[in-house]
Amino acid sequence: MNKQSAITAPGVLHEPLVHDSAAKHVSGRAEYIDDIDEPSGTLHAYLALSERAHAEIASMDLTAVRAAPGVVDVVTADDIPGENDISSTHLHDEPVFATTKVEYWGQPLFAVVAETREAARRASRLARIEYRDLPHQTDVDAARANGNRLVTAPLKLERGDVAAGLAKAQRRLKGSMLIGGQEHFYLEGQISLAVPGEDDDVTVYASTQHPSEIQLMVGHVLGVEMHAVTVNVRRMGGGFGGKETQGNLYAVVAALAAKKLHRAIKLRPDRDDDFQTTGKRHDFRVDYEVGYDDDGRIQAVDAVYAARAGWSADLSGPVTDRALFHCDNAYWYPAVRARSEPFYTNTCSNTAFRGFGGPQGMVGCERWIEDIAYALGRDPLEIRKANFYGTDTNNITPYHQTVTDNVIHRVVEELEASADYQARREAVIAFNRTSKVLKKGIALTPVKFGISFTATWYNQAGALVHVYRDGSIHLSHGGTEMGQGLYIKVAQVVADEFQVPLASVKINATTTGKVPNTSATAASSGTDLNGAAAADACRQIKARLVAHAARVYEVSEAEVTFEPGGVRCGQKFVTFAELVASAYVGRVQLSAAGFYKTPRIHWDRAAGRGDPFYYFAYGASCSEVTIDTLTGEYQVDRVDILHDVGKSLNPAIDKGQVEGGFIQGMGWLTTEELWWDGKGQLRTHAPSTYKIPLASDVPPIFNVTLAEWSVNKEATIGRSKAVGEPPLMLAISVVEALSMAVASVAEYRVAPQLDTPVTPERVLMGVERMRKARG
Amino acid sequence: MTEVRGQLRFILNDRDVVLDNLPATRTLLDFLRLDRRMTGSKEGCAEGDCGACTVLVGRLKRGQLVYETVNACICFVGSLDATHVVTVEHLSAANGPLHPVQQAMVDHHGSQCGFCTPGIVMSLYGMWMQNADPSVNDIEVALQGNLCRCTGYAPIIKAGKSISAYGTVVADPLIVERQSIKARLQALKDGKRVELGEDKDRVIVPASSDDLAEVYAANPTGTLVAGATDVGLWVTKFMRDIGPMIFIGDIADLHGIGEVDGALRIGAAVTYSDAEAAITSRYPQLATFWSRIGGQQVRNAGTIGANIANGSPIGDTPPPLIVLGASITLRKGDVRREVKLEDFFIAYGKQDRQPGEFVEAVTIPPLGEGEQFACYKITKRRDEDISSVCGAFRVKVEAGAVADVCIAFGGMAATPKRAKTVEAALLGKPWTAATVEAALSAYAEDYQPITDMRASAEYRMVSAQNLLRRFLLETTGEGERLVREVA
Ligand SMILES: Cc1cc2nc3c(=O)[nH]c(=O)nc-3n(C[C@H](O)[C@H](O)[C@H](O)COP(=O)(O)OP(=O)(O)OC[C@H]3O[C@@H](n4cnc5c(N)ncnc54)[C@H](O)[C@@H]3O)c2cc1C
Ligand code: FES
Ligand code: FES
Repeated sequence: MNKQSAITAPGVLHEPLVHDSAAKHVSGRAEYIDDIDEPSGTLHAYLALSERAHAEIASMDLTAVRAAPGVVDVVTADDIPGENDISSTHLHDEPVFATTKVEYWGQPLFAVVAETREAARRASRLARIEYRDLPHQTDVDAARANGNRLVTAPLKLERGDVAAGLAKAQRRLKGSMLIGGQEHFYLEGQISLAVPGEDDDVTVYASTQHPSEIQLMVGHVLGVEMHAVTVNVRRMGGGFGGKETQGNLYAVVAALAAKKLHRAIKLRPDRDDDFQTTGKRHDFRVDYEVGYDDDGRIQAVDAVYAARAGWSADLSGPVTDRALFHCDNAYWYPAVRARSEPFYTNTCSNTAFRGFGGPQGMVGCERWIEDIAYALGRDPLEIRKANFYGTDTNNITPYHQTVTDNVIHRVVEELEASADYQARREAVIAFNRTSKVLKKGIALTPVKFGISFTATWYNQAGALVHVYRDGSIHLSHGGTEMGQGLYIKVAQVVADEFQVPLASVKINATTTGKVPNTSATAASSGTDLNGAAAADACRQIKARLVAHAARVYEVSEAEVTFEPGGVRCGQKFVTFAELVASAYVGRVQLSAAGFYKTPRIHWDRAAGRGDPFYYFAYGASCSEVTIDTLTGEYQVDRVDILHDVGKSLNPAIDKGQVEGGFIQGMGWLTTEELWWDGKGQLRTHAPSTYKIPLASDVPPIFNVTLAEWSVNKEATIGRSKAVGEPPLMLAISVVEALSMAVASVAEYRVAPQLDTPVTPERVLMGVERMRKARG
Repeated sequence: MTEVRGQLRFILNDRDVVLDNLPATRTLLDFLRLDRRMTGSKEGCAEGDCGACTVLVGRLKRGQLVYETVNACICFVGSLDATHVVTVEHLSAANGPLHPVQQAMVDHHGSQCGFCTPGIVMSLYGMWMQNADPSVNDIEVALQGNLCRCTGYAPIIKAGKSISAYGTVVADPLIVERQSIKARLQALKDGKRVELGEDKDRVIVPASSDDLAEVYAANPTGTLVAGATDVGLWVTKFMRDIGPMIFIGDIADLHGIGEVDGALRIGAAVTYSDAEAAITSRYPQLATFWSRIGGQQVRNAGTIGANIANGSPIGDTPPPLIVLGASITLRKGDVRREVKLEDFFIAYGKQDRQPGEFVEAVTIPPLGEGEQFACYKITKRRDEDISSVCGAFRVKVEAGAVADVCIAFGGMAATPKRAKTVEAALLGKPWTAATVEAALSAYAEDYQPITDMRASAEYRMVSAQNLLRRFLLETTGEGERLVREVA
């Protein structure tokens, strides 16, 4: 990875190149939706939101809204020519605008369109609405107690005889844990700009991870076919899953107003409204019972993962499914039963968020591992190792897929050594013996994360590659760029295929007009899918170029090879541009649509069986923390990470994903707390009250290493592995380390059972419990 | 009578801006993005918490031209007379080389989605101009007001450390042009009162504190604006009108920091940043605390005077200032009066301040012989967070017994409030664990804290009690505190 190889191999695959937009980012010249020059006459829409968690709408008087300065029009459900629904799983449970009742605080009621955003926003608050309140439930416990329905069909995974396993286990334990949700806090909030065209046409510029979904939803609500709708996105200012379905609302309303008024419409909610209205990571209550032996080996697990789904299904089905898919993390269970319960609640509709339920699945799992360790008085790491999946045996998951690429033993072994875990654990224990107020904890936790959409049909992608007659290359694909570096990685693939400098490849905004029927850029799959599709397109063009070269230079096709700096055709060496120019004159098609679908995977949800994942990504982290037992405040002192990204396509980008994912996960599990008041209003609805990590929360020692030896067993592009989501779960070691520090107060005899996020308050309350336990 | 000018004038990057009317509520960020179509600065929150909108504002302060980072989203254009506003667009030309800060960020992979990046670049730039060889801690402080959701900051910190490898501060355009900019700003600062607009769009920038006294007495319903770190949010979050807006942040004779009869006297328009050296040199116990008020951008704008005047129960400066025995000078027209700070807070939302009366200065006496003092801030996140509980303690121990004690808390009641029952339980008793343990039950007499999104009532109570335990430990030599140790 030295500079030398970058010069000799312009293909640039596996090189640590900077993000394609980096220079534009730092100079403020990277364009986000709100930066695009507005078409003349652009108007601004703003959503009016419910101020009740659950109520019938008795009456809605919009007179004052219409009369407010600058207001041009009001758009309500009555203006919808198609269907008043944007349910992404097509359950028809998610109206664009509420009509007869509201089901959460922050639900859209209507939109105001005005000359300026400020005028629209001011007017949106002037409606006189009478509500008839209905009882509301905002969390899982209340929903369960009230017997609320599930928003979508639950899943059960089962393997082996759980009852028998529990019955014959030497030891058993039971527990319950709350796992908090998480706001995405993409720095760029939701936004859409819709520009009306002739006939039914409308073009939408949206900050979205899923342009094709927006296209579908806009068509659905406008009552027009998808061909009338074009959706464009050059980049997002962060997505993290929060722009997989949650952008639909804004795009649809902008498009609706644009078609109604024949004016371009921009819709951008204020950050507080974005927090109130859009879905978040699901909170869970996990109830578990585990049978295990005296050595800590698990015999059977019975777990129920109940989630706060919110007022509509959205993606709660697949999210809670994925939680169950990760209730094993890296551990083999001889018998297991895991069930999901996605409860209806009067809150925003929870949605995709980096890891998509997987993190919550794992947090639950690591909780019972920890409980076992404390029950046995052992280092939790020993319990972890005792339960790791085997490589040839003990390798069947709760969903009956065989794990064939297990590298967790090596990852953990190497990290244990490089982080000097054993010696540091001794030192931590010694420190705690003498320190009165401050206590330390250390933990090392593994991650095994399944890669592929569990909705098998999403595992497809398209790309469109044009080679222009001057040898420059135009690249489009179905993936979207939200900072994760997808665009540069796919461009690297293309440059590598043609062996041209990266600068020859023009990265273009994603648009439904160039590549149709795309999947969300999600499930960490962006590069695997779109990189392979782009490579397919390149290979088609290359095949034609090879045939042309063979003809023109009178050599065999085998003698034509793409090399750095040009194309070798037997004795002759021509530049890529020369060959392309000649091919153009020779009337060779220099454009191709590429396609890729992930091989082998399948999933039978009803049976709870299949091979839903193409492969697994692995990693491990070791965290050391110090807590203050007087206030519960704490700091993360050191973190060591070893993470498996296969053979990295771009180690700089991948390392960034690992570091960023870890810190984001740490925020989720520590300071990021969502808090609803008694009336059902989310009160942590802005960065003033919702605290994501800052630079001064980064561990002072933060060693992040990619497992350089790893090569994906599967034939992914360049043998790399997906990296977007898995590192988030590395942050679980922070929770476990905090837990150990708390446990030290009672000489590690009692499992602290901290719920997440482990706020200073939860630490202090945990310490208080330990003090009582100690007596 | 003070002369009046009907124009607001400032320099934006390399251009002169002259405005003869503007909505009082116009923020700098909207001015840049909407009026000027300069879209480099981003809006991430519109409440001063994310830093995506960070710009530099250069002002003449005590004869110097000082550039400081500011959140453009809650900075009113009406506060910019005679300033030099520098945005990210000023750092490099479209096809020119990147600025050292920018190149360092690129080379260290400091951006992913890039949305926070312009703000981060500006924060690093502001830091680097004053400190070309920053420590990790310096960088963390500079970035306290900048959120990045993508990178996890590690590459940004590395970039911050390496800026000087890409260029020198002396060659930086803002340094090279400093004298000429200073001269231009001095010319703009013509000693006149600025007055624009009518009614709710009226903006007044008084020329002096006497002028302010006159203006405010004549317009007692006007909104005083100092750093706008509170008022900005009234506009961006609650869409309140604030006209006539009276901007006091640039009034030179409210910028005083000096000693009067041994006490520290701080003018009402002194920002946290400006006061830092004077405060922390006299009260080193406040050093960490001070750097945990807001983030850097908020400290560059927010004032102590307004932190008191706003009467918030969770403002950070009242507890320590009450415990130090501070008083404030209130002025209306030509009438001045001194009020003990602890008497200023009457009830939630109610202070001892008359219409047309403003805070002119805060006076803080020194610690007496043998007095021990500490102040603790408890938050969910270490930096840039509002206190769940803020506790300040002062004790004087003579012959092993408590000769004098003063304790005040924020976050525990509807106002910043003294713990008089707890104090009584300590006074005259031996300064020991037994005394402290016995006094803890008195907390329930003084405080009935609430549960809200920051903390539960129970946590507030337990941690507030524990702070007394901590204070005892620290004053008796057994203190252990979390210390963030970075390079
Ligand atoms: C991101 C962020 C973080 C923050 N963090 C903290 C924190 O950690 N701790 C904390 O305590 N606060 C915090 N605050 C709140 C705020 O910064 C402080 O209250 C600050 O001291 C207000 O000062 P200002 O000059 O900006 O006030 P302004 O917004 O200008 O004014 C505030 C109020 O005081 C009045 N006022 C101003 N000057 C005078 C005067 N001389 N006489 C009479 N009335 C006057 C104004 O009319 C207004 O009512 C934070 C705010 C933000 C946006
Ligand atoms: S936009 Fe967030 S601080 Fe200004
Ligand atoms: S790079 Fe995306 S928020 Fe910082």
